[in-house]
Amino acid sequence: MFKYIHILLLASALFAFACNPNHQHVENILIKGSDTEVNLALALAETYMSTDPDVSIAVTGGGSGAGIAALINGKTSIANASRPMKQEEIALAKERSVQPLASVLGMDAIAIVVHPQCPVQNLSLQQLGAIYRGDIQNWKTLGGPDAEISLYGRQSNSGTFVYFRDSIVRAEYAPEVKQMNGTAQIVEAIKSDVHGIGYVGVGYILEKNGAQPTGIKVLSISRSDRQPAFLPTEVQNIESGDYPIIRPLYQYTNGQPKGRLQQYLQYCLSPAGQALVKVNGYFPVSAQYQLQNEQALNFQYAKSTLR
Amino acid sequence: MRNRHFVDLAIKWLFFSAAASSVLVLLGIFGMLLINGVKAFGEISLGEFFLSSNWNPSAYGKPSYGILAMLSSTLLVTLGAMILAVPLGVGAATYLAQVAHERTRMVLKPVIELLAAVPSVVVGFIGIVMLGPFIAKVFGLSNGLNALNGAILLAIMSLPTIITVAEDAIRAVPNSFKEASYSLGANQWTTLIKVVLPAAYSGIIAAVILGMGRAIGETMTVLMATGNSLAMPHGFFDPVRTMTATIAIELGEVPYGTTHYYSLFAVGAVLFLISLGINLLAERLAKRYRYKM
Repeated sequence: MFKYIHILLLASALFAFACNPNHQHVENILIKGSDTEVNLALALAETYMSTDPDVSIAVTGGGSGAGIAALINGKTSIANASRPMKQEEIALAKERSVQPLASVLGMDAIAIVVHPQCPVQNLSLQQLGAIYRGDIQNWKTLGGPDAEISLYGRQSNSGTFVYFRDSIVRAEYAPEVKQMNGTAQIVEAIKSDVHGIGYVGVGYILEKNGAQPTGIKVLSISRSDRQPAFLPTEVQNIESGDYPIIRPLYQYTNGQPKGRLQQYLQYCLSPAGQALVKVNGYFPVSAQYQLQNEQALNFQYAKSTLR
Repeated sequence: MRNRHFVDLAIKWLFFSAAASSVLVLLGIFGMLLINGVKAFGEISLGEFFLSSNWNPSAYGKPSYGILAMLSSTLLVTLGAMILAVPLGVGAATYLAQVAHERTRMVLKPVIELLAAVPSVVVGFIGIVMLGPFIAKVFGLSNGLNALNGAILLAIMSLPTIITVAEDAIRAVPNSFKEASYSLGANQWTTLIKVVLPAAYSGIIAAVILGMGRAIGETMTVLMATGNSLAMPHGFFDPVRTMTATIAIELGEVPYGTTHYYSLFAVGAVLFLISLGINLLAERLAKRYRYKM
């Protein structure tokens, strides 16, 4: 029995050492939320940790709603959300004396994809809404063949589902929308469905080298029937704000961030951070949201990123 | 001696508690479904829940909680699967038990049982990339993500269960039955149809019910292959969203303790009652026929 006692002692000493929070001032930052943002957040966190050894950042997904719930319950430092917080969520947060403060990490453009054989080239936002509301049911109305439109979308746990409904459809989705289990399945389905239409993040369909996607066709979208339509696969259309279906990706904190948390959030918006945003298939924060970020994070954008 | 008596008793109770624990788990699950499910009806009327085909709890406007469309979807897909799987499964079981040579059987049976080892997510993937486009081509549809796709996949998934249980039942028919039939001048076909299969009826029913249970409760495959649209299905070529898929899709994001949360438990309770009902019915059918024999 006694021959094990030194191992036991060693183990408990190690345990005590590991549990001692004062041996080094490591600060923990927890990030939780949107699955759209999770890979980007991981890349940012890993790069930041390599420059600052005194900070430990843990990133988990679970969806925008899960991240916001964790922020309300005080279980996370940053909640990632690909949609703005709902009124009820803000009210619940205030009730628990949490003051949600939004900053914008980057922009995500949503592309409308169809089968390559589909003759339609562009749609207006109104037409797109009518298609997903079920008001336009036949491609003929849009100048296509006489065939029923086959609708594809995401499931209700997706932030994209909520964003697209609240900003484009502005009503209930038609019950005929096929709710696919993720972006990959929408793309797979569109590749084989001549009459299909679907919505997917642009970052997902662009090839790593920026090449155009194969097997599917991306539609140009216009703000209204009388305005010109723009392709989301051309980066300048998104950076100029001409492409209309673009949403901000939010990071919510409890009140004005301080210390390491503030430094990390400022890093995300720095040229290095925004370069990572671009590498991951998203777009740098647009001018519209840069002002909001400056006020929220007490941060000055470098001159070169302001246009 | 006393020691031995004690050991006997202890083992008896040990095995009893093992048997009782599964009953307890079953009652626990049903109790939990019921207690949480009932809370949903504070805000949803029973009429809306069972008679409306409009399910949209996280709606843009007013949420709605009608399960008729997904209930029909579940029944449609299961019915389709059984139409395909029962003749195939019982036929294969009969062949294996009565017709096939021992050597053929030794090869076929393990291969069929291996079919049960294919993970449901793989079957679903096959439904998306192979069966879906195939169905679309054969029937001239724009896509193959519909009830028929799900039914075919579920038929394949329930085949190993049906074949294994039905084959055991057919093999359990005493040889004397067959010999009596042959001695009356009946050929192999007549003997099979008129004597062996009726004698194995209760076991075959049990096999079909077990297969049906497999089909009705399967989630991942239907979630991937049937298109998940909320509209009321009008036939096998419409995309459907079953009850299991609805629970799987929505339980992940639903806020705890809301009407939506409780309504998903209510859907689960209905699903549980359906399979309970099918099992009870099967038991009665099997018993009634056994007395007639």
